[in-house]
Amino acid sequence: MSKGQSGLGKSTLVNTLFKSQVSRKASSWNREEKIPKTVEIKAIGHVIEEGGVKMKLTVIDTPGFGDQINNENCWEPIEKYINEQYEKFLKEEVNIARKKRIPDTRVHCCLYFISPTGHSLRPLDLEFMKHLSKVVNIIPVIAKADTMTLEEKSEFKQRVRKELEVNGIEFYPQKEFDEDLEDKTENDKIRQESMPFAVVGSDKEYQVNGKRVLGRKTPWGIIEVENLNHCEFALLRDFVIRTHLQDLKEVTHNIHYETYRAKRLNDNGGLPPGEGLLGNVLPPVPATPCPTAE
Amino acid sequence: MVGGLGPRPPPGRAGECALGRRGADWLPGAAGGAGQRRRGGPLTRSPPPASRRLSPPPRPRARPARPPPAATMSTGLRYKSKLATPEDKQDIDKQYVGFATLPNQVHRKSVKKGFDFTLMVAGESGLGKSTLVHSLFLTDLYKDRKLLSAEERISQTVEILKHTVDIEEKGVKLKLTIVDTPGFGDAVNNTECWKPITDYVDQQFEQYFRDESGLNRKNIQDNRVHCCLYFISPFGHGLRPVDVGFMKALHEKVNIVPLIAKADCLVPSEIRKLKERIREEIDKFGIHVYQFPECDSDEDEDFKQQDRELKESAPFAVIGSNTVVEAKGQRVRGRLYPWGIVEVENQAHCDFVKLRNMLIRTHMHDLKDVTCDVHYENYRAHCIQQMTSKLTQDSRMESPIPILPLPTPDAETEKLIRMKDEELRRMQEMLQRMKQQMQDQ
Repeated sequence: MSKGQSGLGKSTLVNTLFKSQVSRKASSWNREEKIPKTVEIKAIGHVIEEGGVKMKLTVIDTPGFGDQINNENCWEPIEKYINEQYEKFLKEEVNIARKKRIPDTRVHCCLYFISPTGHSLRPLDLEFMKHLSKVVNIIPVIAKADTMTLEEKSEFKQRVRKELEVNGIEFYPQKEFDEDLEDKTENDKIRQESMPFAVVGSDKEYQVNGKRVLGRKTPWGIIEVENLNHCEFALLRDFVIRTHLQDLKEVTHNIHYETYRAKRLNDNGGLPPGEGLLGNVLPPVPATPCPTAE
Repeated sequence: MVGGLGPRPPPGRAGECALGRRGADWLPGAAGGAGQRRRGGPLTRSPPPASRRLSPPPRPRARPARPPPAATMSTGLRYKSKLATPEDKQDIDKQYVGFATLPNQVHRKSVKKGFDFTLMVAGESGLGKSTLVHSLFLTDLYKDRKLLSAEERISQTVEILKHTVDIEEKGVKLKLTIVDTPGFGDAVNNTECWKPITDYVDQQFEQYFRDESGLNRKNIQDNRVHCCLYFISPFGHGLRPVDVGFMKALHEKVNIVPLIAKADCLVPSEIRKLKERIREEIDKFGIHVYQFPECDSDEDEDFKQQDRELKESAPFAVIGSNTVVEAKGQRVRGRLYPWGIVEVENQAHCDFVKLRNMLIRTHMHDLKDVTCDVHYENYRAHCIQQMTSKLTQDSRMESPIPILPLPTPDAETEKLIRMKDEELRRMQEMLQRMKQQMQDQ
């Protein structure tokens, strides 16, 4: 899921990440389309394949987030959507005749795009992340990082990290879920030094030093997306896809989903009746105290 | 020919030089204008552009300094300065009255008095407003600024901060006031976040109105806002609702110059698209931004071309920088990136030079004129209309000088005022009676 104000390059970045047109760009909007009045949720599913491995990728975009004059509670539609997906999964799980592979529409990762003001996080960013870091894995990303010089970038990142810490916002990879020492050191390094990743996205290719690279051509130079000296896109890609993809799914399933499930069980005092062959004849399953996730 | 068209410039090199040099320098931003002639000044009159609401007095056209050979002078009449030959000199003497030195005199007085200019900068935090102001005026007004963290900003309201600095260039003094609006557009709920700003602008107008209607008018301080630079974020797809709301609230009160901030994150094609989009939206929402005045039809092609380019590049895409970097062996003001150096003063990189020329070197006086003649007059007319309707309601004695309405008097003060009025009336009646008694005696 990609979140953030419009114009921060979310669609371009997602396209660049997966090297295919998986996200419809806002500039292809009809000219008459205005900024949507409420936050919409648009989910587009694709199946991509690499090396014989197929992956069903769903990109969820949220146009209209943070664009209005009054942005209070603009995260509510998003929280609702995420909880709905958990609810769907829960219902399937509780079913008597449940499918072997439950279709998993839960949100595994949320990329939150921070505007590169150079000063600090905006109040809206803080509010959103506070609310949503409890239900989904949030990866903060600094958008359009070609707007900052190297010193500004490192200062800004430090400030953002500090603010996130001060406000108790646990972004992925969360400290409390590190399983062993090896994970911890690796994740610590990522947390202290690289995150939030300062990225630049592009879907155009240019010729640099005889190679064709993805980049942006400005009158003063070409910004190469995959060049680590220019931006951290390669780090983000490796992090999300090559090393931590499975972990993202596991944390979502084992922790966020279980938290939701526990809450539901405790709230209602019982699970919703399963839609079995006998329909509503069976009484609801009584709540058994289940071990809560650490 | 006396008093008619075509009086010649005064003979003798001293007069010419003085007029030429002074005439060029005194108009704001004539850095490097020494020895160069200038056309236009406060005394020229050119036809007003049609887009103004009130028909203002015709506005003069200030131009950037031109190279010496094509010398022209002001007072609305075009004449070529020629090196006076001996025979010409006698003719000239006969026809010369001497008021062609008026610009010279005006210039001297103005330089002594000094100029003032109030500039307001508005836009979300982090768009580079202070950096741009620094780059424009080469003075650091924000040395002791403390940047707030995000949670401190949650409860912050929009403030109005004024910084005044006196700068001098070639003997010309400028009292520059920058009005900053920290907190604008930063909160989660930004409804009416422009209200403190409109209130401030109205306050300045009201202050000036009172001063103008007062008894002692010698030293009126002009704190009216002459120009507002509005910073549009380059990260959006055009104007945001906050931008539209702000501009609509202020376009009839202040000259708004929209700018695209931090333009170094956009490639040229993106800048073009964004500018088009913003221009369309400005038209669509009916926002009246500051319009550059039309140039006269007898200006030369070069100047007209410049003017056209200026109009086509609005809104300007700007970049600011506080640092000086080395580029191609030269020290330039710019930003150093791993992939290249952005030069602030390079026209191919951004429109900073155009903005600076427009704001300081050619249109500063025009901005002040439009503020005085159009925005202020509209405010004044509106104010007086309100007062006359109030006066007819109260049926008070008409006075030649309009009595200003007190700002939001509450019930108690109104009662007090009424009591005092009654007292005054009683005392006046007593005085009348006493006078009559004395007359009778």
